Parts: sequence; structure tokens; C-alpha cells
Amino acid sequence: MRTYLSRKGLFPGVLTLLVYLAWAQTAWAHVEGGQAAGFITGLQHPWSGLDHVLAMIAVGLWGAQLGSPALWLLPIAFPMMMAVGAMLGLIGIPVPGVEIGIALSAIVLGAMILGEVRPKLALAIAMVGIFAIFHGHAHGTELPEGQSGLLYSMGFVIATGCLHGLGVALGLVHHLPAGRLALRGAGTFIAAMGMFFLWRALV
Amino acid sequence: MHKTLIAVLVILFFPSVAAAHLVTTGLGPVYDGIGHLVMTPEDLIPVLALALYAGLRGVVQSRRALFVLPVAWFLGGLLGVFVEGLPELPVAPVSFVILGVLVAADLYISSTLFTAVVLIVGFVHGVLNGVALREGPGVLGLIGIMATLFVIVTLVSAFTVSLKRPWSRVVVRVAGSWVAAIGMLMFGWLLRGQG
Repeated sequence: MRTYLSRKGLFPGVLTLLVYLAWAQTAWAHVEGGQAAGFITGLQHPWSGLDHVLAMIAVGLWGAQLGSPALWLLPIAFPMMMAVGAMLGLIGIPVPGVEIGIALSAIVLGAMILGEVRPKLALAIAMVGIFAIFHGHAHGTELPEGQSGLLYSMGFVIATGCLHGLGVALGLVHHLPAGRLALRGAGTFIAAMGMFFLWRALV
Repeated sequence: MHKTLIAVLVILFFPSVAAAHLVTTGLGPVYDGIGHLVMTPEDLIPVLALALYAGLRGVVQSRRALFVLPVAWFLGGLLGVFVEGLPELPVAPVSFVILGVLVAADLYISSTLFTAVVLIVGFVHGVLNGVALREGPGVLGLIGIMATLFVIVTLVSAFTVSLKRPWSRVVVRVAGSWVAAIGMLMFGWLLRGQG
């Protein structure tokens, strides 16, 4: 037993184990293709357009400014209404002025943050929900051929939620005096970018 | 050293088992069933959502889900394994939307209705699993799935029950909204023929 456990006796066994662990598996027959790609594509998609990124972050920033319960109700409402918008797009129901709606979402949400506007909760949710339909219609339907719809959807929704989370996290600076000013500055930037998106949509 | 060399050569030239659609772990049918559940998001996410909802509803409902879900799943699985020609229904999107909305809204429902939801979700997903496992691990795979369901529901619902701070319950509800959103998107893909 002592001999077996000695350094000399253990070495061949360890070597065998290392070779086995490092050796790649042989190919699997009929492995489903595009699964991981679908998830990654969905995960990347919301980050690929600045209009979408800014609107998602703006929802989180505004929620943080408004405080509870808007803090968590807005990020709950947005993905669900965005999915409704995407579903409309998927089944072929057109939504007029999608690009204009997306640009307006940045302008209006940016203006709300800039002015620290506090509407009634139902109105805030309705505003965010309506804008979410435009975003979902534009972005939720772009599944590349051969990829899994489920995994694309998972990636898309998770990435959107993470952007809201980023907005909420950034918005927590609202509790600091300098943070409030910074937040209003961020609102100005988002609204200005929205103007640019609107100009681009109209021209 | 010769023994090591021989062992290395045997490992290098030993073929792996080909896996056709079903997850083949190489550890037997029970583990294949476990692998099937954990590698199938159409089944796994509704189970997680159900466990989250049970946790939000409290200890009593969590304990109920703990036993009802695996049994219902197994009974549905038996039907799927042994009965042929069952209709293909869009079970997963419906489960995603219903369970996601229940979690997101933290909706209170009666114990009877809760049990009915657990039974139906478990049974219909079990049927689909049974059909999938028919050509492979069969009933033994279902036993693996049952055990995994028990473990998942135990861990997730117990964790959710333990959440006392309001923001932590909010995080759970946000996760529910994501599940519902994914379900709605799945409906869209299904109607478009890309599901």
C-alpha cells in the first residue's frame, strides 16, 4: 500500500488520468445544430443597436429615479410588452412607425429623467409598455435561419433584463447630490440621441 | 511504465457512444433521463418557474409541489412511453406564459387551483418526455427525471421561501416576467413556423 502511494508508484496513474482528461471526445452523431448560437445571437442582439441600448438603460434609470414600486414594475412591464410586440411582428401584424416609436422612446424617457418627472404609476407603466411594443416589433423577430427560437428568445430577454439592471444600478446614484445631476445629464444625452434617431428615421 | 502505456492506448482508441438527439450520458438510462431534463430548456424552465412560484406561495405549497410534480410527471411519462399517436401540442409556450405570469404577478391562488396547475404542468410535460424517451431510456429515464424534479423543486422552492427581504422577492418576480416574455416569443416563433 505504501509502495503504491509513493511518488514513483502514483506517477503513471496520474499521467494516465491527465491524458484521458485532456483527450477530446469523439464526434457525437446528430448533435442538434445552432442551439448555442441561437442563445448567443439573442444575447448579443439588444447590445447591437444604440437605440435599443439607450431605451433599456433609460427604463432602469427612470425606475431608479421614481423609486419603489416603479423601480421593479417598469423592468417587469418592459420585457413582457416587448414580447407582445415581437409576437405581433412574428405573426405578421404590422405596427406603424416602428423606427419613429423607438426614437420617441429615447426622447420621452430621456426627458422624463431630465425633468425628474413623476407621473402616476399606471401612466409610467403604460408609457414604458407602449414603447416596449415598438422595440419588440423591431428587434425580437430577427432570428437567423437554423437557430433555435427558444434559445434566441431566452438570450434576447435576458440581455434586455440585464440592460434594465444596468440602468437601475446606475440610477442608484440618484441618492447622492452629485448623482442626481449626473442622472439628469444622462437623461439629456438620451433625449438628444433620441432626436438623432428620429431625424434618421424621418430622413 | 508498460502498463501505463497500454492503459493510455486503450483509452485513446476506445470509441464513445454515438448520441442521436437524446442526451446519452454513458452512465445508463436513469442518468440519460436526468441529462434529458437538465439539457431541455422547454422542460427545465417551467420546472424552475413552478418551483419559484411554489416558494413565493410558502412552505405548504412548496411541500405539495415537491411530491405532486414528480408523480404527475411520471404518470404523464408512462402515458407517453406506452401510448402511441399522441397529439403534439405547444405545451412549452403555454407553460412559460402561465407560470411566468403567476411568478411575475406573485398571484395568490387557492390550494386546489395550485395543485391543479402543478398536476397539469407535470402531466403534460411528462407526456412529452415519455414520447421523447420511448426509443431510448424509457421508464428508467423517467425515474431519473422524477428524482431530478424532486431535487430541483426542493432546492429552488426552499431558497425562495427563505427570501425575506422585499427586494429579493422582487428579483424572483422579475425572473418570472422574463419567463413569460420568453413564452410569448415562443408562441410567435411557433406561429411563424420557426419554433
